[in-house]
Amino acid sequence: MSAHSMVITAALMTLAGLVAHPALSQAKAPTLDDAAGRYDIDGSSQINFKVGQVGGGGISGKFTKFSGTFQLDRGDIEKSVVEFALFPETVQTGEPRIENFLRSTAVFDTASYPKIVFRSTKITRTGEDTAQIEGNLTAKGTTRTEHFDATLTKWNRRVIGFHIQGGVYRTRYDMSVGIPIYSNIVEFDMMVNGQKH
Amino acid sequence: MLRNGPDTFGWVTILLHWTIAILIAGLLVLGYIMTRPDIDPMLQFDLFQWHKSFGFTALGLCIIRVLWWLASRHPVAVAGLSVREKWASFAVHILILCLTLAVPFTGWALASTSTLDIPSFYFNLVVIPHLPLDKSTVAETLWTTAHAILAYGLAALVLLHAAAALHHHFIRHDAVLVRMLRSRRS
Ligand code: HEM
Ligand code: HEM
Repeated sequence: MSAHSMVITAALMTLAGLVAHPALSQAKAPTLDDAAGRYDIDGSSQINFKVGQVGGGGISGKFTKFSGTFQLDRGDIEKSVVEFALFPETVQTGEPRIENFLRSTAVFDTASYPKIVFRSTKITRTGEDTAQIEGNLTAKGTTRTEHFDATLTKWNRRVIGFHIQGGVYRTRYDMSVGIPIYSNIVEFDMMVNGQKH
Repeated sequence: MLRNGPDTFGWVTILLHWTIAILIAGLLVLGYIMTRPDIDPMLQFDLFQWHKSFGFTALGLCIIRVLWWLASRHPVAVAGLSVREKWASFAVHILILCLTLAVPFTGWALASTSTLDIPSFYFNLVVIPHLPLDKSTVAETLWTTAHAILAYGLAALVLLHAAAALHHHFIRHDAVLVRMLRSRRS
């Protein structure tokens, strides 16, 4: 077991409230209880998305302004809460006309709905360092339940990072323009980093 | 009569003429409406895709019609036309035939060079590939300008052409319009 995976395992075990494994004491586990607490999602995070198009390729982009928190419960990760908000106005795709189209009433309608919000309602551990996050996504005035898969990528005393992936059907949020030329599914691929509060 | 006769148009010519005429008239109106700057962006996206699908349909039919035209005999002009009128109508027909190919081709070229890279999904059935042209804002602007100028040029010629046909029918009371409406045994 590498030192890195040791740390991840140790962090998750703590997060998941598992009783200390004998290996842990040998790992000179830093104050693992510190994993619990509140983390503010910081600007080093990458909120990337992709919408496939017929014949291959598609639109890839990212959002540059967002905020949020992880509140990791001491002892039980399933009681933790993730909150996230992003500002669709800040969408970047490398083609200004596509960005303006995404901001328009056809898609995000950023003038009327400047914020997209996610709040977890249920977190289920799915593996050693993975979990499924279920929660309410509110976009363009509609709230629906969505699922994302999270993998712990880094953790230390002050910083925690997750790789979070998931697909969202845009028809649910009144953003169905361009189907079937462009896929209904928006694939999110995010590196979300939090700094201990 | 499917084929043109010595002084009559056959049904193939007539059917192609009027199908293409309706398509192109529709495409001209659609092209104009969908490019108005204050149009709803979602409606605009959808209208652009309809325009491309119908535009490709027009291109296909226009290729068939030009081939048919090249392979067909050309009925002699209606009696009573002066030499100048014959040449003028012949020149306008050739010009219109060329434009009915050039306009959709420039449309295809502009869609192909656009940095938006929106696939042409023919009536949501099959993807029509882009022409092998480099994508750039410069190329897209150039082809867009060419498409607009040629399309409105075609519109002007068609108006002239239709006015001439109506003039023959209602003022000169000759057979020019009627023989493009139905085929007769010659
Ligand atoms: C987009 C619209 C149109 C296009 C592209 C078009 C094109 C053409 C072409 C290429 C020809 C020559 C056919 C040949 O020699 O085989 C022709 C003939 C003709 N067109 Fe049109 N046309 C259009 C609309 C109209 C309209 C609206 C009218 C009537 C109001 C009309 C009336 C005629 C007539 C009467 C002829 C036969 C002329 C002759 O006897 O030589 N066309 N058209
Ligand atoms: C005979 C067939 C066609 C006719 C008569 C036609 C006519 C027009 C007209 C009148 C416009 C508006 C020009 C302006 O005001 O700026 C237009 C725009 C356009 N056409 Fe066509 N078109 C044809 C075929 C096509 C095809 C085959 C395609 C693509 C596959 C196409 C793609 C476009 C696009 C993308 C625009 C918008 C350009 C822009 O302003 O961005 N057209 N067309």
